[in-house]
Amino acid sequence: MKTLLFIIQILVCICLAPLVSGLMRKIKNSLRMRKGAPVLQPYYNLGKYIKKEEVVSEHSSFILRYAPYVVLASTVTAFLFVPVFHYSCLLSEIGGVVALFFFLSLGRFFLVLAGLDAGSSFGGMGSSREMFIASLAEPVAICAMAVVGLKSGALHLPAALNLVQTPVSVIVAATALLFVVIAETSRIPVDNQETHLELTMIHEAMVLEYSGRSLAILELSAHIKQILLLSVLAGMLWPFPVYVPDSGAYLWSAAFFAGKVACIAVIVSVMEVMVAKMRLFRVVDFLGFGFLLSILALVMAGLGV
Amino acid sequence: MIGLWENISFCFDPLAVFFLLVITVVSIPSLIYSYGYLTGHYSRARIFVITSGTVLFILSMAAVVCSANLLAFLFAWELMSLVSYFLVVFDHENHQSVDAGLIYLIMTHVGTAFLLAAVLIMYHYAGSFDFSVVRNTIPLIPAATRHMLFLFLLIGFGTKAGVVPLHVWLPYAHPQAPSHISSIMSGAMIKVALYGFLRIAIGIIGIPSAWWGIGVLSVAVGTCFVGIMYALLERDIKRLLAYSSVENIGVILLGIGAAMVLMSKQQYVLAEIACAAGLFHILNHAVFKGLLFLGAGSVYKATGTRDLERMGGLIKRMPWTAAFFLVGALAIAGLPPLNGFVSEWLIFQSLFGAASALPGALKIFFVFMMVCLAVTCGLAAACFVRAFGVGFLALPRSSRAEQASEVPLSMKMGMGILTVGIGILAFCATGLWHAMRFVAHGITGGEIVPAGTGELLLSGTILNMPVIAGIFGVILVLGYCMVRLIAGPEKVRRGATWDCGYYGLTSRNEYTATAFSKPFRIAFSFFFLPQRRVEKLRESYYHVSSFKYEVRTIPVFKQYFYAPIVKGFFVVAQRMKIFQMGSVHWYLGYILFMFIGVIIFVLVH
Repeated sequence: MKTLLFIIQILVCICLAPLVSGLMRKIKNSLRMRKGAPVLQPYYNLGKYIKKEEVVSEHSSFILRYAPYVVLASTVTAFLFVPVFHYSCLLSEIGGVVALFFFLSLGRFFLVLAGLDAGSSFGGMGSSREMFIASLAEPVAICAMAVVGLKSGALHLPAALNLVQTPVSVIVAATALLFVVIAETSRIPVDNQETHLELTMIHEAMVLEYSGRSLAILELSAHIKQILLLSVLAGMLWPFPVYVPDSGAYLWSAAFFAGKVACIAVIVSVMEVMVAKMRLFRVVDFLGFGFLLSILALVMAGLGV
Repeated sequence: MIGLWENISFCFDPLAVFFLLVITVVSIPSLIYSYGYLTGHYSRARIFVITSGTVLFILSMAAVVCSANLLAFLFAWELMSLVSYFLVVFDHENHQSVDAGLIYLIMTHVGTAFLLAAVLIMYHYAGSFDFSVVRNTIPLIPAATRHMLFLFLLIGFGTKAGVVPLHVWLPYAHPQAPSHISSIMSGAMIKVALYGFLRIAIGIIGIPSAWWGIGVLSVAVGTCFVGIMYALLERDIKRLLAYSSVENIGVILLGIGAAMVLMSKQQYVLAEIACAAGLFHILNHAVFKGLLFLGAGSVYKATGTRDLERMGGLIKRMPWTAAFFLVGALAIAGLPPLNGFVSEWLIFQSLFGAASALPGALKIFFVFMMVCLAVTCGLAAACFVRAFGVGFLALPRSSRAEQASEVPLSMKMGMGILTVGIGILAFCATGLWHAMRFVAHGITGGEIVPAGTGELLLSGTILNMPVIAGIFGVILVLGYCMVRLIAGPEKVRRGATWDCGYYGLTSRNEYTATAFSKPFRIAFSFFFLPQRRVEKLRESYYHVSSFKYEVRTIPVFKQYFYAPIVKGFFVVAQRMKIFQMGSVHWYLGYILFMFIGVIIFVLVH
């Protein structure tokens, strides 16, 4: 019964993942006084891509063909480590935070290889930059999660996201994690999802060779990764309410979760509208600041705050 | 007079057996591999010489880990060093090999000198070379001498293990040896040095203060960073792997150092866990680094180059080698569900466990170690994406790479065995973990803790590899089927990659290995100190007829640490020349003065 519930909650989140992206785009466009695409546009895009014929480079190998499936599977597996509606999750104490981030890493590894596989310089450029940014972001994430771990006593999310009261150090750690979320979901100021300008694109450059259903899978994976990171952040900032196991409580909990994620989505979108895209080597400073914040959170946790 | 033969005795305790396992696991596939690798490269006589040399090398390593006393240990150690020197310079026509061998010989003897000094100091107090006798007399040694002993052992074993800044020989010697030798050296020999450290520094001398552990952890972090940063910039694939070995030694030392701190704080259970995590990484690294070196050797045999920029496109020409190398790369990048992930996870968790258990500043220190490990893992992933992506994917970057073909069966078998080994280590992680705990218990001591219920339970988190791998596999298959179900059969058209409207895609359109690591080179320029030189030949202001761009980084340790030492030696040698004028009369005079001096010395005493 519980297992079924865990699977259902993940499936619901996967289904809603494109909606979050659509919502964020809508918010951004509204703030810029534009009409913008409908909120459901990401779904329309997925539907369109999946029907289309796929063009595969003749220079590429099986890596390019099957990487999207690995990316999807690793992202979904990573999601199983994150509690969403229920205070626990399918792989609750198994693997913990380290496994979560390493599964995301696995998806990235294959995506980056796929970027190099077709032999185009755009793909290589995107791959190189993606690895660069990821290797700067990962330590920040681990440090922030370790701070939460120190406070909750274990390095896995069900414990971390169920703190009765949010300590100050965890709030600082969550702020540091926000930098990671921005970098990992390819948002301004690190990357820009909306352009295909060779000088600036990172994620889009890597997937440039993709079309048809492979592109649909990769886009869906990106949506899932986004909602995953947003739910981790939401859980850190607003821990779960006291949970009573009946069906009504599930719905309340789901609504609360949706509210939290929407809240963070709004924050991220507003930030995106307000700042300009940084050039690549300024990203070092951006994530460096996140790193300092996470170290600050660590010192605070060490002092017992 | 110390008799050598009376003093040689062997023991087979769990630690020795574990290291024997590590040596065997790498050596046997490498020997199988060497059959195909050497055939066609060398004459039959030379193949005989190198194979017997390899066997002697393996046996000498085995002798090191089984020795039950210090004298036998040193004897086997020196044998191991000398035999491996001859294996490194086996391609003696190549002056690079000879140079690499010389650096190796010098560095390894500097290390041995420190070990010899440490052993003689211990003998001075114990009056015996036997491990157990020496251990019992350690409390008699004054504290200052113990600190010195520890330092000597750290330098001695650290030189062999490739601990920064004593790692300089490693990126020269490992790549120059024939590939199966590189595989054994990186997979097993540097671990033997860690064995020595565990056995003598921790097992015999013990840990009187947490500072030793903190020192080892700091050295470990430096080793991780320096190793992986240079690996990330390296174009020579075997040298890249050698630098990555340096990094992995750092990762292992993170586990061992954490164990040392915890032992000094009487946290024996956590210490055992941290030490076992380090041991697990030793075994894992032996397997995947062995595999990667064999893979690099296959590429070298097929293309005649070790330069990443001249490879490319090999995944179609050498599908087996590429698949094996990919598995190795995934494992060494610490990605689930392979074995590298298991041990890196264990080290993360044991560092976290230490952080939770220890107070104040140590708490912060240990989480900081976790962060450093995370940086290392991220950079390692980047490094191996680059190695595989540039080396094996896209279009061939040279004519030799274009004509490459798959290697013979024996080489595939060698690599295949290690690939299977990676799978076994990942899926049987739980059982192996209990064995590691048992081995580690012998080092750290403390009360015996009953084994868990079949999972790797660490600080409230468990790792169950079959479950994780199973779920991942199910989702992978399910995802594929779902997409197939929704979208129907695949409609695929083949087409050329867009060449930016140029004259067709060539390998020159591809991103190079140098370009791939450029962001890292710039972001970490404080460390790499990159220098560039641009030369333009102009026919007129508007027309540049030739353009040359050169970028290089300064090898910091070589230039600022070793070069002054070498220079100092030459300066001293120049001064000494005054005494060495080549005249027999003067030399006879020296003997006379010396003789008088000795007589006076004896009379005074």
